[in-house]
Amino acid sequence: MSNHKTMKQIRIHGRGGQGVVTAAELIAIAAFYEGHTSQAFPSFGVERTGAPIEAFARIDDKPIRTREHIYRPDFLIIQDATLLLAVDVAKGCNPKTIAIINTAKPKAEIKINLPMENIHAIDATKIALEEIGKNIVNTVILGAFAKTSGLISLKSLEKAIKQKFSEKGEEIISKNIKAITRAYNLTK
Amino acid sequence: MKISQKSQILEGSNAIAEVIKNIRPAVVSAYPITPQTHIVEDLAKMKADGQADFEYIRAESEFAAASIVAGASATGVRVYTATSSQGLLLMAEVIFNIAGMRLPVVLTCANRGVSAPITIWNDHQDAMTVRDAGWIMFFAENHQEAVEQHILAYKLAESLKLPVMVNIDGFVLTHSYESVIIPTAKEIKRFLPDYKPTKDEYLDIKNPISLGTFAAPPYYMEIREQLYRDLMNAENKINEEYQKLAKAIPGVIKPKEKMTKINDGLIEYYGPSNPKTVLIAMGSMVGTIKDVIDEANSNWLAKKMGLPTVALAKVGVLKIKCFRPFPADAILKIIKNARYVGVLEKAVSLGATEGPLAIEIKTAAHNQTKAKIQSFIVGLGGRDVTKDMIKKIIIEVKKKDDKIKFIGKV
Repeated sequence: MSNHKTMKQIRIHGRGGQGVVTAAELIAIAAFYEGHTSQAFPSFGVERTGAPIEAFARIDDKPIRTREHIYRPDFLIIQDATLLLAVDVAKGCNPKTIAIINTAKPKAEIKINLPMENIHAIDATKIALEEIGKNIVNTVILGAFAKTSGLISLKSLEKAIKQKFSEKGEEIISKNIKAITRAYNLTK
Repeated sequence: MKISQKSQILEGSNAIAEVIKNIRPAVVSAYPITPQTHIVEDLAKMKADGQADFEYIRAESEFAAASIVAGASATGVRVYTATSSQGLLLMAEVIFNIAGMRLPVVLTCANRGVSAPITIWNDHQDAMTVRDAGWIMFFAENHQEAVEQHILAYKLAESLKLPVMVNIDGFVLTHSYESVIIPTAKEIKRFLPDYKPTKDEYLDIKNPISLGTFAAPPYYMEIREQLYRDLMNAENKINEEYQKLAKAIPGVIKPKEKMTKINDGLIEYYGPSNPKTVLIAMGSMVGTIKDVIDEANSNWLAKKMGLPTVALAKVGVLKIKCFRPFPADAILKIIKNARYVGVLEKAVSLGATEGPLAIEIKTAAHNQTKAKIQSFIVGLGGRDVTKDMIKKIIIEVKKKDDKIKFIGKV
């Protein structure tokens, strides 16, 4: 369990239908199982498939009371790299903000206003297609987030997936766990 | 006494559905509307999965849903419904009838703005529009408070013969995840016994009576006055039952925060003992305001953030948990010696000089305080209420201008 003194704020960017809200919820659930206090909530724009969507998660060791959206993230998760051209995803970031981006491109080709060493690229689409059989990257990228951030363990993330996907059945749960484990192990 | 203090991490809607299941109503009826939908979907699922034994009656509209729970309640059983926005407005006629017939209906309003233009997002316009209907009206800050207020709601409804509406901010609370303690059915029963309707006051084929009948001019006024007085007199009972709930089910009420000076069934005051500035608000935005209060009263942090420390010091927040009956005396005690009072609210009274909550505050304060009281409208139709907006209000309220202000941007 990581020992952090200040609140950590995570902002997830994706598109409607990509499980953006679920990703934020999984982070909050996993953090809860780590013994932290946590919170997750969505910010829907228009509720339609493909529209840019943001979801937020906060992790702390004291009660979380604020409900405002996350304007100054410590972590950015970008589920869809095409958003880099459409939305100012780096808005409110500081020089320490870590970005985890789903892309097949090498880091040098990613257009985001953050120091190179803060950017983590992962081809989550490839892993999702191979392990889950669908282009649903929301869980996969969390494997990378767990490793990079050190805020949640792989074990807590597994537990969160089991809770959140309890009605989707064993097969989907085990495929997702395999996918997050692969992403976790691929991440430095 | 064994208490299950296990906290869980749940979606707000799911937490409410879980506590309703454990409160064990006999009849649930609702019509789905965003952002209330998850609550009634969860309840329907619990029924389908055999985890609950209530009758779940699908309605063709909110008007029907309210009528169904009114009818069921009139037969002397515990009932539940939930709605939002246009759904509450469609229920409006029945909402007044439920109170007039003194039916102990409990309704969750997942607060959402009202059309037009169409919005699915949160504000308090829906609830404010039926504020005169004769219901006890609670507003919850967080998931735990929503759980606590639902249990309290049934106890009050059934003992006072008054309906209760528990207001929770749509999306902000209904669609968010945080940790919460849900008491078991057994624990709840210690505080809330099975509902027994009063003899000769419910529909029974063996003992026929009529409810909500015609009242001619010689009677109508006295009946309305009685409802008015009974609702006004509910204040003491609300606090009394709140204390009993805290004792009966430890853990169901969140532990008091360090800066909280007063916390009962009606209000919470968080801040310094002699505040110069008091912000007044209801619902989930109070959490954000508390964080700002801590920053504002902590000079070193204010300096670090480049804020005017002197300008921000000695600020407190007064949370109104119960809007009806309106706890005027309790509020007055807090704001009496303050110099500035900013009322933050997510609703408008179109054509009025102030927002609906500010009107109440000004009435309560009339000739009782020298404080400047100003109405600030925030967060309409899902506009995020940010810390920067709250800081701006703390500065604005000290200016000479006392006209209503809409704070949507900083």
